[in-house]
Amino acid sequence: MPRRTDIETICLVGSGPIVIGQAAEFDYAGCQALKVLREDGFRTVVINSNPATIMTDPGFADRTYLEPLDLESVADVLRRERPDALLPTMGGQTALNLARELAESGVLDELGIELIGAPLDVINRAEDRQLFKDAVESCGLRVPSSRIVTDIDQIEELGLPAVVRPAFTLGGHGGGFASTREELRKQVDIGLRESPIRQVLVEDSVRGWDEFELEVVRDRLDNVVIVCSIENLDPMGVHTGDSVTVAPQMTLPDEAYQELRDAAAAVVRAVGVDTGGSNIQFARSRETGDVRVIEMNPRVSRSSALASKATGYPIAKVAAKLAVGYTLDEIPNDLTGTTPASFEPTLDYVVVKFPRFAFEKFPGADRTLGTQMKSVGETMGIGRTFAEAFQKAMRSRELDAGAATPWQTLADVPDGVHPFFVEEIWRIQEALLEIAGSDVEQFVADDWLRLKRLGISDSDIAAAADVPETVVRARRRDCGVRPVYRRVDSCAGEVEAASNYYYSTWGEAEEAAPTGAKPRVLILGSGPNRIGQGIEFDYCCVHAVWTFRELGYEAVMVNCNPETVSTDYDTSDRLYFEPLDAESVLAICDRERPEGVVIQFGGQTPLKLARAIEEAGYKILGTPYDAVDLAEDRERFAGLLRAHDIRSPGWGMASSSDEAVGVANDIGYPVLIRPSYVLGGRAMRVCFSDEEVREVPVLGRVLVDRFLEDSVEIDVDALCDGVDTYVAAVMQHVEEAGIHSGDSSCVLPAPGLSPAQQEEIQRTVRTLGRALGVVGLLNVQLALTPAGDLYVLEANPRASRTVPFVSKATGVQLVPAACRLAAGARVGDLGLPRERPPKQWSVKAAVLPFARFAGSDPVLGPEMRSTGEVMASAADLPTALAKAERAAGRTLPHEGAVFLSIRPVEQKSAVPIAATLAGLGFRLYATEGTAATLAGAGLDVEAVRKLSEAEGDELTVIDLIRRGRCDLVINTPEGRNARSDGYAIREAALSRRVPCITTIAGAAAAVHAIANARAEQTLSLQERIDAETRTA
Amino acid sequence: MTGFLALEDGTVFRGESVGAEGFAAGEAVFTTGMSGYQEAVTDPSFAEQIVCFTAPMIGNYGVADARSESGRVHAKAVLMREARGPEWTEWLHERGIVALSGIDTRSLVLKIRDLGSMRAVAVAGGGSIEEAVEAARALPPMEGRALAAAVSTTEPYVFAEDGRARVAVVDYGVKSSVLRRLAAAGAAVTVHPHDVGADELAGYDGVLFSPGPGDPGPLEPQVATMRDLLGRTQVLGICLGHQVLALATGHETFKLPFGHRGANHPVLQRADQRVLVTSQNHGFAVRATDTEVATHVSLYDGTVEGLEFPELRARSLQFHPEAGPGPHDAWPLLEHWVDEVAANA
Repeated sequence: MPRRTDIETICLVGSGPIVIGQAAEFDYAGCQALKVLREDGFRTVVINSNPATIMTDPGFADRTYLEPLDLESVADVLRRERPDALLPTMGGQTALNLARELAESGVLDELGIELIGAPLDVINRAEDRQLFKDAVESCGLRVPSSRIVTDIDQIEELGLPAVVRPAFTLGGHGGGFASTREELRKQVDIGLRESPIRQVLVEDSVRGWDEFELEVVRDRLDNVVIVCSIENLDPMGVHTGDSVTVAPQMTLPDEAYQELRDAAAAVVRAVGVDTGGSNIQFARSRETGDVRVIEMNPRVSRSSALASKATGYPIAKVAAKLAVGYTLDEIPNDLTGTTPASFEPTLDYVVVKFPRFAFEKFPGADRTLGTQMKSVGETMGIGRTFAEAFQKAMRSRELDAGAATPWQTLADVPDGVHPFFVEEIWRIQEALLEIAGSDVEQFVADDWLRLKRLGISDSDIAAAADVPETVVRARRRDCGVRPVYRRVDSCAGEVEAASNYYYSTWGEAEEAAPTGAKPRVLILGSGPNRIGQGIEFDYCCVHAVWTFRELGYEAVMVNCNPETVSTDYDTSDRLYFEPLDAESVLAICDRERPEGVVIQFGGQTPLKLARAIEEAGYKILGTPYDAVDLAEDRERFAGLLRAHDIRSPGWGMASSSDEAVGVANDIGYPVLIRPSYVLGGRAMRVCFSDEEVREVPVLGRVLVDRFLEDSVEIDVDALCDGVDTYVAAVMQHVEEAGIHSGDSSCVLPAPGLSPAQQEEIQRTVRTLGRALGVVGLLNVQLALTPAGDLYVLEANPRASRTVPFVSKATGVQLVPAACRLAAGARVGDLGLPRERPPKQWSVKAAVLPFARFAGSDPVLGPEMRSTGEVMASAADLPTALAKAERAAGRTLPHEGAVFLSIRPVEQKSAVPIAATLAGLGFRLYATEGTAATLAGAGLDVEAVRKLSEAEGDELTVIDLIRRGRCDLVINTPEGRNARSDGYAIREAALSRRVPCITTIAGAAAAVHAIANARAEQTLSLQERIDAETRTA
Repeated sequence: MTGFLALEDGTVFRGESVGAEGFAAGEAVFTTGMSGYQEAVTDPSFAEQIVCFTAPMIGNYGVADARSESGRVHAKAVLMREARGPEWTEWLHERGIVALSGIDTRSLVLKIRDLGSMRAVAVAGGGSIEEAVEAARALPPMEGRALAAAVSTTEPYVFAEDGRARVAVVDYGVKSSVLRRLAAAGAAVTVHPHDVGADELAGYDGVLFSPGPGDPGPLEPQVATMRDLLGRTQVLGICLGHQVLALATGHETFKLPFGHRGANHPVLQRADQRVLVTSQNHGFAVRATDTEVATHVSLYDGTVEGLEFPELRARSLQFHPEAGPGPHDAWPLLEHWVDEVAANA
């Protein structure tokens, strides 16, 4: 049956900023959906607050709204655009929850908008625990049973083993596991005492059971297809997002697998998803074969993105088509072109996903994996065997040196992993042990082949044999042992498929090699999402692919992140799903023979490979490696700045604590200490005294920089052709220097700069562009001291985190311009608008994952911790700021009470802030010291005890926050003591979801926004860009 | 121990022997199912064939008696990219089956897909390539081979004593799953040899003609029995049984280039436009002469997947509704047939 003709305009809601649990997979899903809907002639409207997404690119939908994803603003957009239908299944839980709110608040009925993909009753049946349980039981299946207990005597009839979860405690505090009646009594007793409402939930424990997921699609004729099965290596109890997973499932015999397949189909039917994709999770007892249905997502999910990449079956695309009326037999399979979407994928390879954690960013945080997801990204490896895929995914994580993580090494197999996998991993370890005693010079082809077919990398062989990796690679190649490339075709070779999606393996025949006369470029992606290197780099890579294709090249993509748009086989001419390490990238170069390799869009990851690529005789397209090194090597960079008379903070290198103290005393306090070659400010620390310097562990060499206190930080994105430079945007950070630029809010245009300062900044950036020899993108970070002196902090001759934000705020597409420069164009050829600050105000605000890391201090600092960002634009700055804060989930209050606790040196600066708030009618509470200062300035303020000062039943700050009597917290940290009062205040604010501002500059901006934000007509990105470029 | 596979066109695939020593000759075919290796090799329909699994790791979850589809291994040899043992490989070894691991299965599959199924010889241990290729070329082609007799029971036996309908199964190479599903649907099941007479069968409430190996073309006595029986009781043909029914009703069969073997083929059920994901294992198919009688059509290549002759009270399915291994989407078709047989008993 053809598509529905009764709908014309479809609105798609995105998932907002990248947070733990909701990442780039929803950009991938949204892009696929928008693409097919537009191809089918629908008018599309997209709402998403995340500027780093491809789906919010002006060309991707007919109308794009970078607006907060809350009921109010989405309703505004709907009223303005009047779509016929809303597709809520592509934007994760955020979109699904919004859809429910919109339906329940009557907005959808009022505007006559139909929910497609998942109607309200389906959403409710999948999300409401009781309704879901009823649905599952209606098809003869079981969910883990649970019971609310309020009295210890109620436990007698409960089953064992059980999990006890106290109600209303943060992070599962007071909960536990019980396998005997005695333990259960003890756990429930503790739980009842911990719970403020004396209530615990006792749940049948399926901890330790095997965990499986099935990806299901169903059409309106009730046809059901299972796209993929996924098996978790980490058993039940560890969130699937934090588990190592494998597809297809490896350990179930057919009868057991079919039981899950039948159950999945039954649940989808019972819940009633009839036009789209769903993910269903099962727990299965390895001993008894008992099955429990854990949960179901009636939408595309992280797992469905993984399943799509694992099988080549585009679930989001198919789900979008189903939502507008097509059936499974009508939708063709892209990879084969001849078979329909009802042809279930079958795999002749194995896929493994690894989570990427960032615990090192959150000292003090509990690293135990549990039911709440903690990983920030993921990698995927494809191989012909489990061992190959497992090791590819494992090494694709690119762990930071010294960062501890689950599954750190092959030996770190957690408890409860199925013996099948344990044995597979042991086989690899055995081979590595054997290498230790042998001489790689003596290896013959069969020896190499055996190791490579076990999936062992050149670098692991090198480490085991204690020889350089380059030697291993050279000997191996001398023996003629090279990887071959196989196609992902969704059908195990049964149907001829012209698929462009490849992975490597060993000791087989090569699939058809690339042909064609077009010159090729290899674009290196950014690997797993992690803090400091997120989706914005994937955005850049995708634009680079598109641009090079437009320029007449064949664009070949290499990446290992299954969430992304860059790893959609639709994006590039050829996709290699491979680790971003020297071995894999050089092998692909040898196969593709590219005219150039593009390294400036994938963040730090490709830069690390630049030298190896050049040494292998391949050309870096755009900024050459030497320019990268010139900018990254502090000594060389300092020399360059001196030669051009550009100021930079004093600095020195140190390899011991004593040396660091020496350098600090030479250049003067405060100082910023960090290891060289870092991303996202890892392990950076601001120190004010010798003692603080000595607290910093010195691993290898560290950099000691003069820290420019109270400076305004400036971020510049520019384009350079080696000679001429185009300054695309001069942005100002809201937070002062010392807060990592990735965590700071960022404003465009920069509000605090005089025309002379603006000009000096531009001049400096031009000088740097030419001096470094940048060909493509250049990002420069500068600081403007209170005295008005300009310092250059760093220059990055590559795409920066702000590129998508700037492109959307100015309407100048930076990546396509950079690609043209890399391909040989001059700045003057690009037809760029005149350099000038944009007329509208845009704000980029960071989103921080503190709530996930109970135990770590939620305070901003020089180390980046944000996972994502939002963007908001408006005609004035306060409105844009207020909207950005709202989009980031920190809606600023308009009334109520504010609590201030300011460190002594800043208390004076806090007075005008408090005065403004008081003037707006806010009640002021403050700690004693702060209260004294504010009272001294004539403000009406109530002093509240700190936790450490409280006696008996006295009311403390914490009580104030916990009882919801405080609507805003302004708390600047007083030191590094993680267990300080400040920490307790911030944690209380976090758990009550009260906005908590930790810098004076941030507070000033917030108060400005509270005082001056206006209600404004919602405008689409297209209208905004039109306004910008029209006036240019 | 090393081993190799030699194809009739002279291509050689090298591997490691993980089963019995010796050599095995047969038609090289591939199956794309991702689970159910033990069910596959014990399926009589794989008689005289060398089975290549496209799933790269085989043997992961060991073996269990209950999973065997018949009393022995019918595949002549097993080809795998990575065999996992020891349970599975020992099981093959004990049964004298040549099994090769480390085979470049994808290249073999692509070759078979492009050139059609090929005669082949698998050698475990030492052996001459030339002799193996010669031996492969000397094999009779699958076209024209009647294999049902070789795998059929020689004596009738009762599989399920009691039931609401008395069903006879004509054993052309029946799988346990067919019998189990019939019994589960409530049928009393008696299994007869392939050459049972029509008069004997006519006494049952319904007769199921089973799946089995080989070319249906030369099964003239069986076709004659079918013709003789049609109209006298209710008939269901599955796979080879379906092809025999087709021949008995004047249709033609032909050899597919490389067959359908797997657990993921979509079939359109024309009556209600439903798509069934099916288990398939056949090298021959019924030529679509009168498309109106085709109740089921392959969404993969448009071939006939089901026929119905209401006036003869006969119908048939090319795919395997009993699954084993594979998805259970078509289980209801068997159940409904038993319902109908019971209703008209």
